[in-house]
Amino acid sequence: MMVQFLKNRALTFIVLGLLGTVPLLMFWSGSDYLSLATKLVCLCIAATSLNLILGYGGMVSFGHAVFFGIGAYAVGIPAYHSVYGGMDLIATSNGFFHIGFAIVLAALFALITGAISLRTKGIHFIMITLAFSQMMFYFLLSLDTYGGDDGLTIDERSQLPFISLDNSVHMFLLSFGALLICLYMVHRIVNSRFGLVLQGAKDNEERMAAIGYNTFAYRLTAYVISGAMCGLAGALFANSESFVFPELIDWTRSGELIFMVILGGGGTIIGPVIGGIVFIVLEDVLSRFTIYWHLPFGIMLILAVLLGRTGIANWFKSDGAIKKPAEGNHE
Amino acid sequence: MDTTLLFIQFLNGMQLGVLLFLLAAGLSLTFGIMDLVNLAHGSLYMAGAFICASLTFWTGSFIWGVLLAIPAVALVGYVTEFLVIRHLYTRSHLDHVLATFGLILVFDTSVHLIWGSQGIAVPLPAFLDGQVTLFTDVVFPTFRLVIILAGLLIAAGLYYLVNHTRIGMLIRAGASNRTMVSALGINIQFLFSMIFALGAVLAGIAGMLISPISEASIGMGNQIIITAFVVIVVGGVGSMKGAFIAAIMIGLIDTLGRSYLDTIFKLFMSSNAAETSAPAVSAMLIYILMAVVLALRPQGLFPPKARG
Repeated sequence: MMVQFLKNRALTFIVLGLLGTVPLLMFWSGSDYLSLATKLVCLCIAATSLNLILGYGGMVSFGHAVFFGIGAYAVGIPAYHSVYGGMDLIATSNGFFHIGFAIVLAALFALITGAISLRTKGIHFIMITLAFSQMMFYFLLSLDTYGGDDGLTIDERSQLPFISLDNSVHMFLLSFGALLICLYMVHRIVNSRFGLVLQGAKDNEERMAAIGYNTFAYRLTAYVISGAMCGLAGALFANSESFVFPELIDWTRSGELIFMVILGGGGTIIGPVIGGIVFIVLEDVLSRFTIYWHLPFGIMLILAVLLGRTGIANWFKSDGAIKKPAEGNHE
Repeated sequence: MDTTLLFIQFLNGMQLGVLLFLLAAGLSLTFGIMDLVNLAHGSLYMAGAFICASLTFWTGSFIWGVLLAIPAVALVGYVTEFLVIRHLYTRSHLDHVLATFGLILVFDTSVHLIWGSQGIAVPLPAFLDGQVTLFTDVVFPTFRLVIILAGLLIAAGLYYLVNHTRIGMLIRAGASNRTMVSALGINIQFLFSMIFALGAVLAGIAGMLISPISEASIGMGNQIIITAFVVIVVGGVGSMKGAFIAAIMIGLIDTLGRSYLDTIFKLFMSSNAAETSAPAVSAMLIYILMAVVLALRPQGLFPPKARG
């Protein structure tokens, strides 16, 4: 047991250790992948947030990118008004406000849409989460003040004490720190009583309800935490790219997030991070060789599903410790 | 209100509605009978448009292009089912989403490889390319009218196929209890393949019909497929009647919403506010409708009678 425990933990520490150091070493040795690495870390936070509800909660949200987009625009819009005037209430470049605004807006949107969505099950849940993200997509598309479909350039990044987000090393370290905090939060949540109820409701909802748990309330709470976390990811992403655009919420983005979670291993802490790394590295490597990189990428995705080889984080566990990969049990 | 314009917008809404029905019919069949969530259904729509474009240039006639493209799309559908889809029937919806998401990437890139990144405009024959005068002052493009009529004809044909033929009986039986159908000695695998190919043909025809209007382009299926999902969710998964009514309804709501919502909004808000909010709300309208239906009546407005 002890050996197994260390073995499972070892994977987490190795992956995070590499993710935290390799981009910086590459940066200091002259090749600049730091902004790519920051983007990767932001996507890993988003995938980690999705993992909480998909991997541990069995809720297949097909509109999770909406929280990412909300978080990104929660930075872009105040920054825009801070530079160009108007909307005095939110016009600021204060980073604490930006990040707080992103988290609160995403949590609020998750609370409202979750309260409606979680009344449905199975395929209907997939579709209603998609519907809400499409609504936000078209809403942002029609906001001409903030660039509409052209997107909005952020002229001034969030201002924080002691660090400057214009410095790419600072930006990376901030995002990486946020990822570590989010991973630790998910780790604590899923091992708490709350998390056990959530996982119990995924495995057998009727039984959990029968022993007296209000599974709806547990799921909604998890949904809101997940949305808020994804909002944070969007806020960091917006600062890193200094550009926000409605396609952040395109449904294919939500599909990519599901892909990261399931490929990496839903229901494991480090899985979404592995999925995110594989996704970005494949994208970067394959797109160097060919502009048609989506073809091998798509074939690999199909094969991974057909052969049941998703859940990379589980490959390193011995047979006894393998959990079943996340299935859509929320039906 | 200008009744001529209203009538023309009504026809435009009908045109979108029948196209949506062609897509939704296939989705509803595969979803209702095989319990398959096929995100790549829009790729078959795209395949139809591109194959039809090539065949139109090769034969020099749009009509021949369509007639030859139909079996070609059926073949594409069959091969897709054979290679990927048939291995997914027993899997979870999550696996369906992932694998068919991969299929979209494969289809989009294959089209890019074969036809290049540019869209292809498909030329219409002269007799379809004009306008017709419907009433004294209502003038409407001939081809759009042809789309509406073709769509309605196909809908009628499908109604006959599903309700009055032996194949239709098997389809309905498969939708209500597929285990029982196979227990009665029906080759359910073959039936599924044929249904998938039929769905592919319907989606392909929709793509062929739209290609002269808005050219064949990569990713053209990726937005409309979501609208088609809205249609089957609103109409009731697995119900042909529901898919038809919901498709026409959503076609009309979307088209009329875009043209008249600002007028309606101006009745109770300042014209400035109306002009800002109307485009946003009209684009969201069908998703709002879907969310309301899912929240209040998750089985859809016209669910099929028996679902086993």
